[in-house]
Amino acid sequence: MATEGPVLPKPAERPRPPVLAPGYTFASVTDKISSIVLAQPQAMPWMAGFGIGFLLVMLLFFSIGYLFFVGVGIWGINIPVAWGFAIANFVWWIGIGHAGTLISAILLLLNQKWRTSINRFAEAMTIFAVACAGLFPILHLGRPWFFYWLFPYPGTFQVWPQFRSPLVWDVFAVSTYFTVSLIFWYAGLMPDFATLRDRALTRTKRIIYGMLALGWRGSVVHWERYEMMYLLLAGLATPLVVSVHTIVSFDFATSILPGWHSTIFPPYFVAGAIYSGFAMVLTIAIPLRVAYDLKDFITMRHLDNCAKVMLATGLIVAYGYAAETFMGWYSGNLHEKFMLVNRAFGPYWFVFWGLILCNVIVPQALWLRRVRQSVPLLFLLSLVINLGMWLERVMIVITSLHRDFLPTSWGMYAPTRWDWAVLFGTIGLFVALMFLFIRFLPVISIFEMRALVEETSGGSD
Amino acid sequence: MPQIFHPSTNTISRVTVFGALAIVIILLAAIWAYVRSSFWTGADVEKQQPVQFSHKHHVSDDGIDCRYCHITVETSAFAGIPPVKTCMNCHSEIFRDSAYLAPVFESYRTGRPIRWTRVHQLADFAYFHHGIHINKGVGCSTCHGRVDQMPLVRQVVSLQMEWCLGCHRQPELYVRPRDRVFDMEWQSPPDQIEQGKKLVQLYKIRSVAALTSCSTCHR
Repeated sequence: MATEGPVLPKPAERPRPPVLAPGYTFASVTDKISSIVLAQPQAMPWMAGFGIGFLLVMLLFFSIGYLFFVGVGIWGINIPVAWGFAIANFVWWIGIGHAGTLISAILLLLNQKWRTSINRFAEAMTIFAVACAGLFPILHLGRPWFFYWLFPYPGTFQVWPQFRSPLVWDVFAVSTYFTVSLIFWYAGLMPDFATLRDRALTRTKRIIYGMLALGWRGSVVHWERYEMMYLLLAGLATPLVVSVHTIVSFDFATSILPGWHSTIFPPYFVAGAIYSGFAMVLTIAIPLRVAYDLKDFITMRHLDNCAKVMLATGLIVAYGYAAETFMGWYSGNLHEKFMLVNRAFGPYWFVFWGLILCNVIVPQALWLRRVRQSVPLLFLLSLVINLGMWLERVMIVITSLHRDFLPTSWGMYAPTRWDWAVLFGTIGLFVALMFLFIRFLPVISIFEMRALVEETSGGSD
Repeated sequence: MPQIFHPSTNTISRVTVFGALAIVIILLAAIWAYVRSSFWTGADVEKQQPVQFSHKHHVSDDGIDCRYCHITVETSAFAGIPPVKTCMNCHSEIFRDSAYLAPVFESYRTGRPIRWTRVHQLADFAYFHHGIHINKGVGCSTCHGRVDQMPLVRQVVSLQMEWCLGCHRQPELYVRPRDRVFDMEWQSPPDQIEQGKKLVQLYKIRSVAALTSCSTCHR
């Protein structure tokens, strides 16, 4: 036992910022959050933000209409690259959703208090991201009007979908994910709808929020059942954090293509999903807390924790890249080795090095406390990571397909303006839904924040 | 503050929740039934033809064999629609003045074929071969019904894929001895399953896996 030597200062002595700034009462918390929905006038920045989103949604509708009219030939896809942006975007969006479920379900079960002020909008983010993601599998079909063939229904064919195909598992994974996320989100909103109903100033608002509150009166019986239900839903949602992106990764991993056929895919996809999801949480949280003066609720503690989660999951993703590279070399397989070289130095070298820069090198800055405490830098980093994760999806989809086993069937993929239009269109859909959410629903869980008041202020009013 | 919602809202909300569920279920059931109805499949709908030709008369009253007109049914994918010359084998002598036969004589004179209305329209992406079915002991009446009793031919089955698969999955329920294939009055015997299994072996009908493989019908 070496007790001699210099006494090091304990690292934990540094005071951590609280999850809720002190000095709030039950009433002031409720006032502050509900005023965003009920009291504040329509602000120009909101109109501008929603307007941009709305225009992009129109672009999305237009390009979907044109796509359905002409067919998937308007995209840059062809043989051998039959999966282009559509699948990359699908994987990217569905990954973004994962942070919301992690925050709302796993952190709830682990009793992490800091989830409280970010879970509501993170869940909204999940639902909107899954909605964007869910479009792509339908859009990329040659005959999208037959999308329901993917479901096992008693049709006149008497044939079932191929249950051995991960593409069918995808249908179940994504639709389950969307349903559970939606129910979870709605369940969390119920007591807050009741608060809004009771505080709304016009009769119309009272009726609308009253209907949404489903007769919530806040009795002890209500709360007892509610908390039981919320815990059960959290338990139900927890496996989805892991399962959904695992199944998405199977879309690739069960094939035999070099660069896809890899056992690292499920954990690496899940880590990547949480990585990009937390980046998106920061991308939303940072402007939100500034625009609506929510810095007391979404404190530096939240930003710091999100940054740490990003750092950890980013390292897992980096390990995934390293493992892929190692296994490619270790396999001794000609095609695997070629794939590695082609990824880094082939025609799409800029995608590979772009993602290494965005996902591995730049995020190492998060080791520094100074960076984690700097809001502008965090915002910038979150955007970089979002871009990096999108590049990763593009790399996985395209570089493996464009150099197949047979050099005679090699080809190239270049996105057309319609590829970009659909990508930015879904970003617009996400933005527009997010703005509507901010305007019409409480962005932070009011009743859960009230529970935090006692802990931070040491008492009620 | 006065109550926003009248107590009756409780009932309305319950009715709404269960009503919405019921509507969805009823709608799905309605779609399920609709796509199997003859309105959708065209089964049991008699098609008007350019000549008032009666299968009932020619088969039941006159005793003409199916193959007298549908000559390629045993060898070809298409059973064959007879040329008007086949009609003239008899009708050059009988019913020469009948108004019913005017289009037939007209066709014979001008050499312009009669444009019959197709009754059994299989989807283009389904490959169907009459010859193989006849040779493996699938009788005419199994799919076409009692044509010998139809003045105007109608489709008696749905021709949907589930109907095809019904036999391809269990051929022993439907096959009959080869010499009874053109027998319109043939009924499946009480021990059809045993007889059928023997015939499946005897005629070397391929395994269910092969019969229900995608490319058996979608080539």
